[in-house]
This record gives sequence, structure tokens and C-alpha cells, in this order.
Amino acid sequence: MLSCHDVTQLLSESMDRSLPIGKRIGVRLHLLMCKFCARYERQLLLIRETARRLVATVEAPGETLSEEAKERIRKSVQNP
Amino acid sequence: MLRVRDRSAAEDLVQETFLAALSARDSFSGNSSESTWLVGILKHKIMDHFRRQAREVPLKEEELREHPDSGQFDGTGHWTAGPADWGGNPADLYREKKFFDQFRECLSGLSPNHANAFALREIEGASAREICKVLNVSETNLWVILHRARAQLRRCLETRWFHRHAPKGD
Repeated sequence: MLSCHDVTQLLSESMDRSLPIGKRIGVRLHLLMCKFCARYERQLLLIRETARRLVATVEAPGETLSEEAKERIRKSVQNP
Repeated sequence: MLRVRDRSAAEDLVQETFLAALSARDSFSGNSSESTWLVGILKHKIMDHFRRQAREVPLKEEELREHPDSGQFDGTGHWTAGPADWGGNPADLYREKKFFDQFRECLSGLSPNHANAFALREIEGASAREICKVLNVSETNLWVILHRARAQLRRCLETRWFHRHAPKGD
């Protein structure tokens, strides 16, 4: 029987690789019975989604370099 | 900058990219646009940056051992209080610029090894195998590192954001 402690680790791991079938079933059964671990899973997914949206917002118009950095880069490119 | 979490490191990477592009300009084939070519070089530079940091800041034993939520489990490994109900609708959350700022702040609060693994996985979208190579860790250790990183981010968001902004009454 998996404990909540085990399940939190396996939930994270399942986001990076597919778990062996036995563990996968164990986790799913646990989630049916444990609202805390089910909530934990939703929160990890929200964190993943936030990271993705962050990339999209940051990369759309892009962060700009400071004027000092532009000047420094301009000089370094002129005198490599 | 999101990936390396440090303005001067990000600026250095851009500078290195331009210098590398300049010295390799003869090899630019013209098959892709210049910006695609530059972004390609920049991606390599970012990976080098992670590799360098992994060498300079070796993984400490406690980064693999200490459980960020350890106080939340009892002796049998069950939740004592459990994760808080974050309430609300994620769609509303994603409209709040301050939430993203808080997220970045929490990410910067992780140890460099944890933050780099998380950034490679969730921001760069790298595969586990790639990350293991770049950070020079075993797969087993990577699962632990990513678990720690997520758990710590989760807890940081819970205390710094959701406890303050959660709608009352649930």
C-alpha cells in the first residue's frame, strides 16, 4: 500500500516518465481515496501550466536588454 | 532570463551569442532566418551555462535527502494537515501578472541545482535523458531533484500567494 509520502514522489515522477504499470495503478487507486494527494496532483499540474504560460508571455514581446548591456555588447562585437 | 534567473548572466549569454555568431558568420548558410540562427546559438549557450553551473555548484547530499514537505507527513507517511485548498479558477489566476511574478520569485528561491533542473524540464522542455547529461546526474537522482523542486515551489506558492489571495470561505 502506497503512503501519501510515496505518492507525492510518484506523482512528480509520472510527469517526467511513464511509471511501471503496477505503480501507475497503485497511484490511481490511492488518488481515488485520498483527496489530499488528488489536490497535490492538481497543484503540480497548475505549476507545470504556469511555467508554460510564463514562457509564452515572456517570449512573445521578449524581455529587452538594458541600455548598458546593449552598449557593452555593441563594443564587444566591434572589438572581439 | 526566465531560464537563468539572473539578469547579468542572461546578458552575458546574449553577448557570447553575438560573439560566437560573428566568428562563425561564414558558416551561416542562409537556409534559416538570421534570428532563428541566433536563437539556435543562444540555446547552446544556455545549455553550456547550465553545464558550467552544475560543475561549479556540485549537488549536495542534503539536496537529495531533505524532504521539503517532511513536516507535513506523519510517521506512516500520511498527510498531517494536507495541502491547502487553493480555491478559485486557474483561468483567473493566469490573468494576474503578480502571480507570475511570485512564481518567478519562488523559482529563484530554489537551490541552483533544483531550479536548473526545473527550468530545463518545464521551461526548456528538455527530456530527462538530456537533463541528466547536462547536469551530470543519474536518472534516479533527477526524479528526486524534480520532486523536491516542485514540492518546494508548491509550498512557496501556497504560503506566499494562496494564503494571502485565496477567496475566503471555502
